Amino acid sequence: MAEDRAPITRVLIIGAGIAGIQAALDIANSGYEVVLVEKEPSIGGRMLQLSETFPTLDCAQCILTPRTVEAGHHERIRLMTFSEVIAITGEIGHFTATVQRKPASVNWDVCTGCGLCQEKCPTKVASPFDRAMGKRKAIYTLSPQAVPNKPVIDREACTWFTRGKCRLCEKVCPVHAIDYEQQATTTQVEVGAVIIATGYTLYGLENLGEYGYGKIPDVVDGLAFERLLSASGPTAGKVRRPSDGKEPKQVVFIQCAGSRAPETAMPYCSKICCMYTAKHAMLYKHRVHDGTAYVFYIDVRAAGKRYEEFYHRATEEDRVIYVRGKVARVFRDGDQVVVWGSDTLSGASVEVAADMVVLAPAMVPHPETQRLAEMLGIPANEYGFLLPLDDNILPVETTRPGVFLAGAVTSPKDIPETVAQASAAAAKVLSLFAQWSGVPQAMETPVGAEAS
Amino acid sequence: MRIPYYPGCTLSTKAKGFDQAARQSFAALGIELAELKTWNCCGATFPLSRDNLLDLVGPVRNLVSAAAEGDKLAVACSTCFNVLKRSNLVMRNEEDKREKVNFFIEADYAGSVQVLHLLEILRDEVGWDNLAKAVKKNLADLSVAPYYGCMFLRPPKEMGFDDHENPQILENFIRALGAQVADYPHRAECCGNYIAAFDLETTKEMSYLILASARKAGADLIVTGCPLCQFNLDRWQQDLAMKHGGFRPIPVLYDTQLLGIALGLDATTFDLDKHYVDPRPILAEKGLI
Repeated sequence: MAEDRAPITRVLIIGAGIAGIQAALDIANSGYEVVLVEKEPSIGGRMLQLSETFPTLDCAQCILTPRTVEAGHHERIRLMTFSEVIAITGEIGHFTATVQRKPASVNWDVCTGCGLCQEKCPTKVASPFDRAMGKRKAIYTLSPQAVPNKPVIDREACTWFTRGKCRLCEKVCPVHAIDYEQQATTTQVEVGAVIIATGYTLYGLENLGEYGYGKIPDVVDGLAFERLLSASGPTAGKVRRPSDGKEPKQVVFIQCAGSRAPETAMPYCSKICCMYTAKHAMLYKHRVHDGTAYVFYIDVRAAGKRYEEFYHRATEEDRVIYVRGKVARVFRDGDQVVVWGSDTLSGASVEVAADMVVLAPAMVPHPETQRLAEMLGIPANEYGFLLPLDDNILPVETTRPGVFLAGAVTSPKDIPETVAQASAAAAKVLSLFAQWSGVPQAMETPVGAEAS
Repeated sequence: MRIPYYPGCTLSTKAKGFDQAARQSFAALGIELAELKTWNCCGATFPLSRDNLLDLVGPVRNLVSAAAEGDKLAVACSTCFNVLKRSNLVMRNEEDKREKVNFFIEADYAGSVQVLHLLEILRDEVGWDNLAKAVKKNLADLSVAPYYGCMFLRPPKEMGFDDHENPQILENFIRALGAQVADYPHRAECCGNYIAAFDLETTKEMSYLILASARKAGADLIVTGCPLCQFNLDRWQQDLAMKHGGFRPIPVLYDTQLLGIALGLDATTFDLDKHYVDPRPILAEKGLI
């Protein structure tokens, strides 16, 4: 390799959820530069939406925000949020990525993150971060702990963009950071390696007509229930159902909504739902002491350290009622949500007149991951999960040298597994960078020589 | 437009009103349902045993007749539709069975015909908007409960023209006619089917759940496209009213009967008087007949 084409010891990480952040910190703390690209305005990904994590019931934000803050302030991590990678060319050692930043309509170099614009903005829209159960302003940050804590304007909601009226945020901004004329910008980034950590999204529950999702307001998905349980959520951690804000006394949790359904949806197990449903039911009981929680399940898969014990705690200490069987239909009857299912252990049909239903949807890859995979020439399986070079022994490598995978982009994963894999991807990148930086070719002092 | 049409046995005997309403309504919409020159019983159940090819002979003979007259076959009855469509798929996709059946009936048929339900034709050929424009009567004050039954939608991969867990075709049909849709959870639950033949009480109770649920949703009447469902739902309502206090019988119409009425056709040939629960009082009350 020619001297002027020395490989670049800088990594591009696509996706700043817990996987991307973990890999970024590992690599940056080893002395190399990281470009961390995130399509949302701030980093943290799915984990930031969660209330508590299983099996320890740690507050998700409490264990995540130190890392988002560290990543946000790290001198060797360049955050590129509200941005997407639209092209990548080159090969190991010399990738050129084109990153497009969406117009935030706010000059982030000037903005101090005081939040006055968000306070004064008169336009409220349903917040996707809160799964449409809460409202956010047209100028917004994803959460109060956003990193970077700089707002963007939702141009589809803002009345200046839709009706040519308002400009209130511009008037109140003490540092004149609002810029309605801001355009999308593109930046070329030169890197030597790439980690794809674009995570997952949820299966479209509208496809499962029997559950009435989208039609019945009190049928929600697992992420929405996380927001209801979260102290920073739309109800400040109180369990309130969306239709009328009442505290639900009977809640039915349905596992495998779209998972393990080869005939109708996804054939695979989404792996995390057994545990988070146990957590949901448990946390619900902790908040609503006179409430009843039912869980419909196919099997309870609790393979992980202290996972089985966690499930037992849900059934024994918190008296969650587990019903082994599928649900055939969910419908509205007055202000109740009636669930028809079967208890395959007793052979009986079950009807529960519930106040609320929580579905555990299958995990599926983000649709945009497909475009990224095509750009990089990385194969995906029939569901869109990216394929590692070998499922057994090369779990983070890909067919493309210099491109690595981390987290749920390859298959459904929980947080501990995602973090472990992100560190693995980081180690692979670091081993390349170490070689490129010139590691000693021979051991100067043989191992153990000092001891002899 | 002319589409070869398979009426089936029930529509030629007990459900003549279903058939008459279908032919007249489609004629009013500019579609001639041209009855096949020769046809026989569809078989009434799709053979599920893998090696019983003899049961395919009946339905395939009909498909062969249809192929001689066009590339489509219109069917009104849910059960006939189910059997013919699935048999057609066997002939289209399973070479081994195709060869044997063709050899037996001395035909050369490979599933070329498109088996269409009348509602599919209304949706895809006529279009809901055009149907709405052709409506002559005002049904705005009529609340109609759609009833799908089982045969129309399942098995979903084979029937495959609507979401079997959340079907919409009957709802869209009712809305196109200008009527209100009564939304009730039992619209695709089983009516009891042939269980009536050996355990009538079970069938009655299964039907009762559907009827009571439709009533609770405020329906004035139920529409269906299945003669067996229609019979099961319609037949025992007096018994059910005696057994279940407070239950008010509810008329069960065929979809084409409501279509014909909405199109302003003369309903006297629709056999409305042959229903066990007479639909005429409610239709008259709403100013429809």
